[in-house]
Amino acid sequence: MDALFEPLSFQFFQRALVASVLAGVVCAIIGSYVVLKGLAFIGDALAHATFPGVVAAFIFGGPYVIGGGIAAFLAAISIGWISRRAHLRVDTAIGVVFAGTFALGILLYSAIQGFVGELLGFLVGNVLAIGADDLAGLLVIGAIVMVIVAALWKELLYATFDPLGAAASGLPVGALEYLFLGLVALTIVLSLQAVGIILVVAMLVTPAATAQLLTVRFARLIVLATLIGATTAVVGLYLSYWLDVASGATIVLVQTSVFLVALLLSPRSGLLRRPRAAPSNHLEGSSGAGP
Amino acid sequence: MIEPHTAPGHEHEAGHARAHSDVWLSGVTTGYGDRAAIENVDLAVPAGTLLAIVGPNGAGKSTLLKVMAGLLPAWQGRVEVLGSAPGREARRVAYVPQAETVDWAFPVTAGDVVMMGRYPVLGPLRRPGRVDRRLVDEALEKVRMAEHRQTQIGRLSGGQRRRVFLARALAADPALYLLDEPVTGIDATTQEDLMDILEAESRRGRTVVATTHDLACAAQRFQRVAAINRRMIADGPAAIILDPDVLARTYGGHLLVVGDRTLVIDDAHHHDQPAEGEVHYHE
Repeated sequence: MDALFEPLSFQFFQRALVASVLAGVVCAIIGSYVVLKGLAFIGDALAHATFPGVVAAFIFGGPYVIGGGIAAFLAAISIGWISRRAHLRVDTAIGVVFAGTFALGILLYSAIQGFVGELLGFLVGNVLAIGADDLAGLLVIGAIVMVIVAALWKELLYATFDPLGAAASGLPVGALEYLFLGLVALTIVLSLQAVGIILVVAMLVTPAATAQLLTVRFARLIVLATLIGATTAVVGLYLSYWLDVASGATIVLVQTSVFLVALLLSPRSGLLRRPRAAPSNHLEGSSGAGP
Repeated sequence: MIEPHTAPGHEHEAGHARAHSDVWLSGVTTGYGDRAAIENVDLAVPAGTLLAIVGPNGAGKSTLLKVMAGLLPAWQGRVEVLGSAPGREARRVAYVPQAETVDWAFPVTAGDVVMMGRYPVLGPLRRPGRVDRRLVDEALEKVRMAEHRQTQIGRLSGGQRRRVFLARALAADPALYLLDEPVTGIDATTQEDLMDILEAESRRGRTVVATTHDLACAAQRFQRVAAINRRMIADGPAAIILDPDVLARTYGGHLLVVGDRTLVIDDAHHHDQPAEGEVHYHE
């Protein structure tokens, strides 16, 4: 019990806990849509794209959240624009923007004298150093994202599942797509201090992927992912405190471990279950294989 | 009596047709890239009609439907759907595509998919309630999928999936149904059931437009038929599609006359040719 309460007596740990759980929860909610839309790669790209914005904010003494957010927004626009105008696959456009923006960040960073210690914090997180003002900002961002999702969760679900059918029945699928990318950018910016640029994609993807192994209903998936995101954030943070290791990486490793356990034990897709015969179909020939 | 298709001649008649039509097209040409799929198409579909659009593969049936659904803009001509530009009244239109290009591993059940039909009606911020759940249940009952409400869609057969997507359309209670090949590639029982449902919707005053290449179904179960092969060949009461002249002009080289029987051979390949072609007679 002491192990639980001792760290809580420190204000920095309290803030770190709130920030990590917030990141875990919001990443899981947005991540539930990300994994179903296949946007993990663009999520990773947007995360890396925040780097030049964060460094620029650092140089000019502005809030890194704003710098990172603008950079991610510009990257998202660029990806869409390059893909459409140059008739390249989105995958290609993402790759180009991903590397280019990150290189720009490294270049900017190399121009700063004497702040070497901060680099690792940007890249892998530094949640134990989060300040009260920073935390307030993150709570506002988190609230914005969650309110928007609460209002539009079913429209986002329909547009994700069947964009053509959704468009035909009047949903503004294109606008929802842009809005969603904006939410991804906000979520990334919110999670930067908790887990850093390189690991935030794991926070987006892993809890939702775990939930996907455990349920066939989307409503349950998003709830399960959120519970996993919150719990692993708490467990990971405590573990990193007692083991005195990087907190962001520990959280991600806890999430990965949970995923592996689910992968082995899941009744549906677990690797340990005995292969059963495909479900027989009484009405028609085909057995539920894709189109 | 079959009238060869001409543009709505008299101004007054044209205006009348347009005012009482749920779907109205005039001189519509459109396609994909730089290739036209339909040319100069006129069509007026009065409210409550049960209309089949027939034609060979590549004739533009799906294209015509997409124009009505507001998914494809017309290059030329004018389109009105439910009194507005296509897509404007989309909440009152249910479009059921032929092959649903969805991820069948998606974590949704049949019931979840049908409930999605209610989402555009509900609008943002509102959660599905008791009324919606009842409508979903009724829709599933109508398509006889009630027992599969909790089944994940990947575990359903092709015909079952087709019925679920029709139920989604039913749950939205639209004024206009646009269905692309709703009875193609499914067993006869499901076909009969689906046609019964569409007929019932038409009797309720809903407009149903479906593409099909099943001419027997078109002739027997639909009220009106529009035959298209890039251009509109003929439209009128369902029996017109049995007229040899209409068949010849619509199906062209796909036609085979054996004795006193005319067979339509609708192969799976796309054709860019218009409706001229050889009609083979065998004594």
